[in-house]
Formats: sequence, structure tokens, C-alpha cells
Amino acid sequence: MTAAKYPKIGFGIVVIAALIIVPMNFNRYGLFILSQWAVMTIAAMGLNLTLGYAGQVSLAQGAFVGIGAYAAAIMTSNGLPLIAALGVAIVLCFVIGWILGYPALRVQHHYLAFVTLAFSTLAFLVFRNEDWLTKGIYGISNIPRPEIFGYPTRRPLPFYYVCLGSLGIVSLAVWWLIRSPWGRAFIALRENPVRALSLGIDTRRYTLMAFAIGSALGGIAGTLYAPLTQYVDPVPFHLSLSLDLLMMVIVGGSGFFFGPFLGAMIAVLLPEWLRFTQGYYLMLYAIAVIGLLIYSPTGILGILDRFISERRTKAASALRAVAKAKLETAP
Amino acid sequence: MTAVLEVTNIRKSFGGIAAVNGVSFDVQEGEILGLIGPNGCGKSTLFNCILGQLTPSAGEVKVDGKIVTGMRPSELNGLGVSRTFQLLQVFPKLSVRENLILAGQEHQGNMLSRLLGPSDAGLTEAANQMIGFFKLDHLANEPAGGLSYGQQKLLDAAMAFMGGPRLVLLDEPAGGVNLTMLADLKDRLTAINREKRATFVVIEHNMEFVMSLCTRVMVMAEGKVLAMGRPDEVRANPAVIEAYLGH
Repeated sequence: MTAAKYPKIGFGIVVIAALIIVPMNFNRYGLFILSQWAVMTIAAMGLNLTLGYAGQVSLAQGAFVGIGAYAAAIMTSNGLPLIAALGVAIVLCFVIGWILGYPALRVQHHYLAFVTLAFSTLAFLVFRNEDWLTKGIYGISNIPRPEIFGYPTRRPLPFYYVCLGSLGIVSLAVWWLIRSPWGRAFIALRENPVRALSLGIDTRRYTLMAFAIGSALGGIAGTLYAPLTQYVDPVPFHLSLSLDLLMMVIVGGSGFFFGPFLGAMIAVLLPEWLRFTQGYYLMLYAIAVIGLLIYSPTGILGILDRFISERRTKAASALRAVAKAKLETAP
Repeated sequence: MTAVLEVTNIRKSFGGIAAVNGVSFDVQEGEILGLIGPNGCGKSTLFNCILGQLTPSAGEVKVDGKIVTGMRPSELNGLGVSRTFQLLQVFPKLSVRENLILAGQEHQGNMLSRLLGPSDAGLTEAANQMIGFFKLDHLANEPAGGLSYGQQKLLDAAMAFMGGPRLVLLDEPAGGVNLTMLADLKDRLTAINREKRATFVVIEHNMEFVMSLCTRVMVMAEGKVLAMGRPDEVRANPAVIEAYLGH
């Protein structure tokens, strides 16, 4: 491990400690908002994998959160444990995500966005109209919160720790995935699919896998969303959630590991912080986002990346200049 | 001698225009075949038909005796066929080393073992050797997008060799490369050809490079084979002089 990594690790430990300790003093609403941030970060990480790393546009991530949420709501309301619902949601979203990936083999960019948008609308119609399963517009209420190793999580603080722990596990899994050869293949798919193919990378299979894994992460977020709100109806899973998640990924920094963390923080927490402005808060929020994206289309982490790249270029230029000077002065 | 590549009567038409019109040739193991001709004569289209990037309208391609016509480029790469591109095709955000690891990783195990195995797919050592071989040591950790054009060309060529290919098709490897780097590139290609018995087909406009590197040269004009032979024979061929080389 290089010495340069120690400050990063130290910073990471401080942030994790703060996320564990500081919320102990939060009220019910504060804990709800922070839990929502953790849940939305998981969903945005899934979209970041599909869009940010593999370069496949999707406007269906909100639908996968909905599928996960309904799977949890239906199963736990009928006495099944949340872990079983989690398994069902992962498998269901993975399979549907894999199938939804097929159009990406033929169409790209805004055409693909429209295909996924159509799926999002279809899922919403199923949530709303299939009363026998989803209870339609009346929704499913009194969704229980789970017991973890016999310990109840009914109160907001224990359930916040469930959300935070889940975020930790998902983060480790995604970190490991993007550092694996698969992660490199996803980046190749995004940057240059023709060259990727010529290097033996099966772009079809990786495209489908990017969709499937990203969708499964949406499903995981959904299974936490249902016991968090303890009430599920179709409205939160409308297209607007997919657009919100897209914004989280882009504002945070698409293709950056920590992009979804920052993006979800801005999308979930910033409107709350701006509430003191009363009726203007959404307007201010929109202006802040527009301003940011004009200044840095690659999101917040894009600014940091640019800064680091410029420093690296300057250092490399200085090294080249020294090497050139040595060559010129050599006898 | 075994023919590594056999191309029989390949045709490719775009609308009413025949870009490649009945081209046949073969390349023996360890041979370096130069492919020259004026712009628009069908060289790159022929490459793309051989490599599965385009489906030929007619004809057949065999690699090591196996019919591979219409096979996907990724499947062909699995059979030991690799390529470089006329325009730069490196992954700019990945470092030089990561580009090389990426170029070789699909030859390691299967998809599941690549996910569960080490993050470098066990290729760091091989990538470092390739970096040393192509004299890119000081740039190993630099993002490929920050390299000069010539350095990116070298990296592009190095990537083509990471999977240990039997047959490599190089599309204008010397284009835009300065004289020092060109000499380096020629040395590297010659060494790989000699040491690994790798077979090359090279499209190039730099006649000095082609004539000094290749064992045989094929000249194309208007989608057809105009001439084929040793470099000195081709250079002296009146039809080639008139159509391409000039006086």
C-alpha cells in the first residue's frame, strides 16, 4: 500500500464513524431522510454501473426499485422474512434486467432511453392496475420491519443501521466488481465497443450483465424502501424516480465510484436543507443543479478528476523538461 | 507449410459498388504479407470482412483450416486472430498497463473465473513485459489518452499481441509515427515474428516500411488483386508502378 493512500483511508474511516455515531442524536425525520439516502445510493450505484461504467442509458431504474419494493411488501406482509424477499427481488430484477438489456444490443443512446422508458411505464401500469397482487392505488400498508439475528429493527435508528449496513455490503461488492476484469470490460464497452470486440470481449454478454446487475441493485434498494416507508403504492415508482436516479448519477459523477453517494446526498438531502426558503426551495435546488452541470458536465467528482489530471499533466511535463535538459547538457 | 489464413473469392458490395471484388490469397505460418494499394481500393474493407467487422457478400475465410466467415470479432480473437486499427483505438481513461491487461484478460479462464479471480487476471507480469518490449516503461501508469500519437500507436500494436495471437492484421501501423518510433516498431514486429512465429498481414502506405518488413506483398486496385510477389518483384511490376507506385 502506498503512503498516498493513508489520508484517503483515514478520511473513509472518519466518514463511516460519523455515519454510525452522529445519527444517534437525530430525530425520527432526520433518520428517515438519512435511511432514504442510503437506499437511493444503492439504487443509484446500480444505475451508475449500467450507465456510468458500461455506457448503457436506462430510464428504468425506478421501476426496478418498485419491483423490489413490491416483492418485499407482498412477501413480508404475508409473513415471509425480508431476506427471502431480497432473494426474490434480486433474481426477478436480474432476469428482467437481462431481458431489458437485449434492445441495447440493437439500439443505443436516446433510442435505448425510450425503450427503457417504455418499460418503466409498463411497470408503473402493472403496479397500479394489477390490484389482485399490488392492491392498486390503495397500496400495501403496515409493512413490517425485519428482525436481524433476533434483534427487532422497528424503531428508526436500528432500521437506519440496516440500511447503512446494506449500503456497506453493496458498496464493497460493487467496488470489487469494478476492479475485477468485468469492471474493465464494462469500461471498454463504454469507451470503444469496436476495439473491445477485437480484443475478444464478448460485448453482448457484458452489456446484458451490466443491465442485469444494475437492475438487481435497484431491486435491493426496493426491498429496503418498503420496510423503510412501511407503505408502498405505485406513485413513488413513476418515471420521475428513474429521472431522479439518473440525476443523482450525473450530478455526483457518472462512472465514478463515489458519484452515486454524492448525487444521492444532493438529491435527497439538499431539498431538505433548502426548506428554510419555503416555497423557493425546489427552484433553488433546480438552479443549483443546472449551474453545477453547466460548470462541470461530468458532475461533482468530475471537477476533482479534472483537478487531479491537470496536476498530473503538469508533473509529467516537468519531468519531461528535466529529462530534455539532461539530454541537451550531456557531453 | 501450413496456411494460417486462406481467403477465397471474397466479395463485398455497398449498394451497386463492389468495394472488394473476388479477392483470393493465403498467408503461410510465420509470413509477413504486405497489403498495398491506392486509397479506396478495398484494403480496409477486405480486413473488415476477414475480421468479422463486415459480413462479406460472398466468399470464404479460413483460419488454420477452419471456416470463420461471418464469425464475430470476439470469437475470432479467441481463435488467435488479432488486429490493430487505422485510427487510434486505445482506451484513453485506462492507464497503459490497464490497456494491456484488458487486451489479454479474455484469454484467461472463463467469464466466471475472471470475476472471482485476481483483479489483474494474473496479467500484470505479462503486461509489464510487453511494456518493456515496446519501450513504454516510463508511461506504464499514465492514462493512454495522455500519450503522444506515436506512443499510442505503439500501445495499440502492443495490445494486439497481449493474447499471444497466431495471426495479426495491422492496419497502417506506421501512419503518423515519427522515424525513430517507426524503426522501433519495425524492430518489435520483426522480433515477434521471428521469436513467436506470429503471422502478419500489414496494410501500409509507407513503401520503405512495407518493402523492408514484408516477405511478400499483395497489391490491390479497384477491389481486385493487381499483383502479388516478393517486394522486389512487386516494385518492378509495370502495372503496379502505373497504378500505385508511380515513377
